[in-house]
Amino acid sequence: MQKEVLEAIKKYLKEYDGPELRIMEVCGSHTGAIAKYGIPQLLSDRIHLISGPGCPVCVAPSSYIDRMIELSLRPDVVVTTFGDLLRVPGSRESLSEAKGRGAKAKMVYSPFDTIDLAKKDPDHTYIFAALGFETTAPVYALMAKQVLEDKIPNVKLLTAIKTMPRVIETLMDSGAPINAFLAPGHVSVVTGSRIWKPLADKYGIPFSVAGFKGTEILEALYGIAKWTKSQADRKEAAKEQETQADRKEAVKKQEIQTEVPSQPFHPGSRVMNFYPSVVREDGNVDARSLVSEVFEPVSAVWRGIGEIDGSGLALKGRYQFLDAGSRDLREDIQKNRACRCGEVLSGKIPPTACPLHGKVCTPLTPQGACMVSPEGNCRTWFENGRRK
Amino acid sequence: MAKKVAMVHGSGGQATGELIDQIFAAEFKDQTLDEMEDSALVPGAGRLALTTDSFVVTPVKFRGGDIGRLAVCGTVNDLLMRGAKPMYLTCGWILEEGTDIDLVREMAHSMAETAREAGIRIVAGDTKVIDGSIGDRTAGDAAGKFDGGILINTAGVGFVSNDINISARNACPGDAILVSGTMGDHHAAILSERMSIQTDIESDNAPLTDIVSRLVSSGLHIHTLRDITRGGLGTVLKELAESSGRTYVIEQERIPVTPKVQDFCSLLGLDPLYMGNEGKLVCILPEEEAKQALEIIRSAKYGAGAVRIGEVREAGKGEETEPGSLIMRTEIGGERLLDVLQGEGLPRIC
Repeated sequence: MQKEVLEAIKKYLKEYDGPELRIMEVCGSHTGAIAKYGIPQLLSDRIHLISGPGCPVCVAPSSYIDRMIELSLRPDVVVTTFGDLLRVPGSRESLSEAKGRGAKAKMVYSPFDTIDLAKKDPDHTYIFAALGFETTAPVYALMAKQVLEDKIPNVKLLTAIKTMPRVIETLMDSGAPINAFLAPGHVSVVTGSRIWKPLADKYGIPFSVAGFKGTEILEALYGIAKWTKSQADRKEAAKEQETQADRKEAVKKQEIQTEVPSQPFHPGSRVMNFYPSVVREDGNVDARSLVSEVFEPVSAVWRGIGEIDGSGLALKGRYQFLDAGSRDLREDIQKNRACRCGEVLSGKIPPTACPLHGKVCTPLTPQGACMVSPEGNCRTWFENGRRK
Repeated sequence: MAKKVAMVHGSGGQATGELIDQIFAAEFKDQTLDEMEDSALVPGAGRLALTTDSFVVTPVKFRGGDIGRLAVCGTVNDLLMRGAKPMYLTCGWILEEGTDIDLVREMAHSMAETAREAGIRIVAGDTKVIDGSIGDRTAGDAAGKFDGGILINTAGVGFVSNDINISARNACPGDAILVSGTMGDHHAAILSERMSIQTDIESDNAPLTDIVSRLVSSGLHIHTLRDITRGGLGTVLKELAESSGRTYVIEQERIPVTPKVQDFCSLLGLDPLYMGNEGKLVCILPEEEAKQALEIIRSAKYGAGAVRIGEVREAGKGEETEPGSLIMRTEIGGERLLDVLQGEGLPRIC
């Protein structure tokens, strides 16, 4: 991006005086990038960035972790995971803590490492903890296909794969005071940008697909701010046409509106793609057909948010025998009852509003999943000293 | 001599003698060491710098270095950071039964060469053999492959002349913060070996003797030196900021990272700010001497990539005012408050 363009965008966002904007990002990598580039300080006080449920590890219910630990304690089972899952607390302990009493867990860097490990050690069943969103589902689908095609008898998957649109709908229906979304770039690569259109229409709010560089995020925020301001100006101009009496009434209404934060201005439906180098309107069709060959939509429990119909993916049909018991993991109990992960994940409070944040809950002594994962809201805020 | 390390090599008898004579004494070739006394007698000085460090890296050989070289660099660099002239090194080798004797010899050879390069004498040592499984890789692509169980502890002694006062506490407002080269090379090299990712990233493990001896003899007022090891630049600077009670401000755009390391980090979701080196240092000195110091570091061995990355400020001025704050101005003009590395610096999952 040219320096003059960047400076103009920064100036606009700093001086923005349109309706209050409450923009949620639903991708952990965006949460990380926003903190790492120091974006909140570059924005007008009228623009608030709210971190949402964008980290797959964080939104897994405690019963998923408990199930993983239970499996890893079986004599003939080894669980394989990505590193940051080891320390996520379940309802009583983390997998890392369970290792002290004999849990067998290995860290892998790729799901396919699980297959290699299993081939070399036929006496154990290797269960891969497959967590993710639309982004990683195609890789897990490939893995399941390879296990089936190569007839590998000792690999299974414990899945916690979730999809974005329904959770956004659930948050909006619950009255979350959000009037724009920074749409996840990686998810959009697979789903296509048009997946956001029905949601934009339903709630009359903008979705701005963003990349992960500081400039790309600023550009996407600029798109939202500009759209919101222009819509507000248009409505204002329309009001000018009204009679004096009507106008007074309208101003009164608007005043009431701005006083109630649960009802921010909804500027109107719009999907903007500020990541066109990799995101197309119809996304990656091949990846989606691979996913739908192996997985089917199911009801899923999101930590702290609850059960949402059709918001998860589970192995289906001839792949279902590879499932190590991922369905029906409903229970969600916090190890520390004071942990407010759920409210953080749904954007009701910023991480810093949790009484545990930075005190008993730090990355070294995490009380909830959001402080464990490098993409977790609490950890990202804590590590980067983010305060707003 | 046997091809593999066996328990008998730790017996203290004939086999131990052979191992010491044929490998360690032969490679290290030091008059004092050759006396084979219970302790080495060496000339001393008014002020001694003392340090010790243990090395447990796997794999023991990696692109750009190995555990033998690392075991010298780590200790020598710690001596140098107090302005000491490195003098004597001791080494304790803990070998796993089954390790190839040739590998032990290769590592001893590497240690000896690095010690010569660093200008330090190896004057005492010890070997032990254990029945362990450190070399037995259990994770990742290299699972099941035995690549040598060698652990090394080294201790170092350096002489510090009375007029030298280099310490983490000495940084003053108005000082410049310099680094001697690119960040994260060692960490990225080790991680790519462990994860069997094909890269040509090389570890930067190196003794910083040349850089430091030139700086110290230049007459410049060096306030602080610190080698950038585990935890990376972010951790090191945060610790220095806290020790000095000042506020440190660095510019993201000026922090040197090679494109290869940058790509590697982007791929795995790692932050080069928190990736360790084994041959880079931070130098803090008055702003007016920064230019000259940069020229000196750049002309020294292993210092070609030296740059100024930021400055030290009085705590209590500016936005984030607490003493010990480390602020990074991001490339888009935002500010990020940095802390020490939390956790283990593992790759992200998606």
